[in-house]
Amino acid sequence: MAVTITPGESYGFFTDTSICIGCKACEVACKEWNQLQGNEPKFLADSYDNTGQLDAQNWRHVKFIDDVPAQSANAGNGTAFLMMSDVCKHCKHASCMEVCPTGAIIRTEFDTVFIQQDVCNGCRNCVAACPYSVIAINQSTGTAHKCTLCYDRLQGGLEPACAKACPTQSIQFGPLAELQQAADVRLAALHSQGINQAQLYGRDDKVYGGLNAFFLLMDKPETYGLPNADNAGLPSRNDLGGYIGALVTAVLGVIAGIVAFRRRGATP
Amino acid sequence: MYLAAEHFVRAPQWTWYILGYFFFAGLTGGSYALATLLRLVGEPRDEAAARLGFYTSFVTLLVCPVLLTTDLGASWSKFWHMLVDVTPGEVGLSFKYWSPMSVGVWALLIFGFFAAVSALESFALDRRDRDAIGDPGRPIGGVLGRAFNAVGAIIALFIASYTGVLLSVSNQPVWSDTWMLGGLFLASGLAGSAALITLLTAFRPAAAFSLARLHEADGYFSILELVLLVAFFITIAAAGTATRTLPYLPLWLLALVGIGSSLVAARGHMRIRPAGGTAVIARAGADTLAVSVLVLLGVLALRAAVIFSAQ
Repeated sequence: MAVTITPGESYGFFTDTSICIGCKACEVACKEWNQLQGNEPKFLADSYDNTGQLDAQNWRHVKFIDDVPAQSANAGNGTAFLMMSDVCKHCKHASCMEVCPTGAIIRTEFDTVFIQQDVCNGCRNCVAACPYSVIAINQSTGTAHKCTLCYDRLQGGLEPACAKACPTQSIQFGPLAELQQAADVRLAALHSQGINQAQLYGRDDKVYGGLNAFFLLMDKPETYGLPNADNAGLPSRNDLGGYIGALVTAVLGVIAGIVAFRRRGATP
Repeated sequence: MYLAAEHFVRAPQWTWYILGYFFFAGLTGGSYALATLLRLVGEPRDEAAARLGFYTSFVTLLVCPVLLTTDLGASWSKFWHMLVDVTPGEVGLSFKYWSPMSVGVWALLIFGFFAAVSALESFALDRRDRDAIGDPGRPIGGVLGRAFNAVGAIIALFIASYTGVLLSVSNQPVWSDTWMLGGLFLASGLAGSAALITLLTAFRPAAAFSLARLHEADGYFSILELVLLVAFFITIAAAGTATRTLPYLPLWLLALVGIGSSLVAARGHMRIRPAGGTAVIARAGADTLAVSVLVLLGVLALRAAVIFSAQ
């Protein structure tokens, strides 16, 4: 599906995990386009996953969640692996952007979250803040890296490499409003088939104000390593409480100092 | 804060350099605040210890930017991007009041001015008093000078505490599950600073006059630290992340040894007397110096335990 890309509009991904087949074409396409050399190959003994995690070299990561019985109780009644092509969520209220002290993390004209490499100084505050474990430091550049939602391709009117490469259209790219509509239709279809565990994650504003890269999940978010709405807090939620705690301590500390150091008249 | 908080975050790998920075930030801020209090509310003879505090604050401050810049690794030459936003087309000062790291960098810069001026003033006063007999001369600047110290002390208290708030303003387990870290680091920094000034009186005999008062203050700060430590564990237990602290039990114990040592040393001095003051100690003995070292190790261990528990 060709998409006309217009600056000023919101774009994102709708990743439908119910049709992900775990082929990792998205990972390969991402590395190819963004010239990510990848990490040293390692056997992780974790299902079919040897990528392990999103990091500075892996901006797409196909998760395999295979804690299911090896054999079904009854023929034809087995449980499928869960597979999910994970990526930066490009949150509306982005924790990384909130704490970045340099202004390196910006929202682009396509409403995506982007790290300016020439501005970032590698302080890692964004790493501590990102609730999805997306951002990591590239040791050779000393800067934070993550999915750019193929910012350069969008500027050239091209859809992101991962969505282009996905053979099942598990990863769909487009204007956010259209993707949300498509997700609603898909969810309704699954529910009508009795697949009631299917749910959308990040489609509405309950999680970080809504995600530009949102998902259709086949289990609860925690199963995929995603914080649920109750745990999706911005770092700034602790600003006030933290400073009040410090202020009260400062007042008590000063009082303690005054009591200890005060003039007492004649001293022996 | 959330009950039974679940975290799926990556650790930022803030390790040894940041541990060092947190340690020295606590000492530079705490030393300046104590020096100011000694000068403003203490006896004239506390001035020697006050100057020692200002020197201590300045020297420990010098280490801070070195550690912070080194921690940036390959991007160390872009340390100044904390202060100036170099985004093309939007170049200007970078300041976010809601980001403790951003506020902290500015506070550190401004505090550097106060710490440097106060250390220079102390140096000038020491030169002036070198040949004088009796109590140290009055500080320079009169009321304005005292106001300068008071403003510096407020920023100093911020420097000693914001590092804890910075950890809380994240999505990391343990750190973001509590509001106690700012206060805990401040109380610990004040206790460590009192111990450090006590330790350094060995090199400045005139400052020994303030030893008993420093012990007394250290005791109060340690009680405060102990209360905050308990509150810290209650809050992270409520969030379900307390078990992450278990592997660092030796560090927590060392922190407790520091607090306990301080309380033992303060025993007998923490009596609030309407007049007469606590007994004057002639000079710091070996036991006093040993306690100071233990308190400082405790300050370092506390920060290490907090930092590594989340990573």
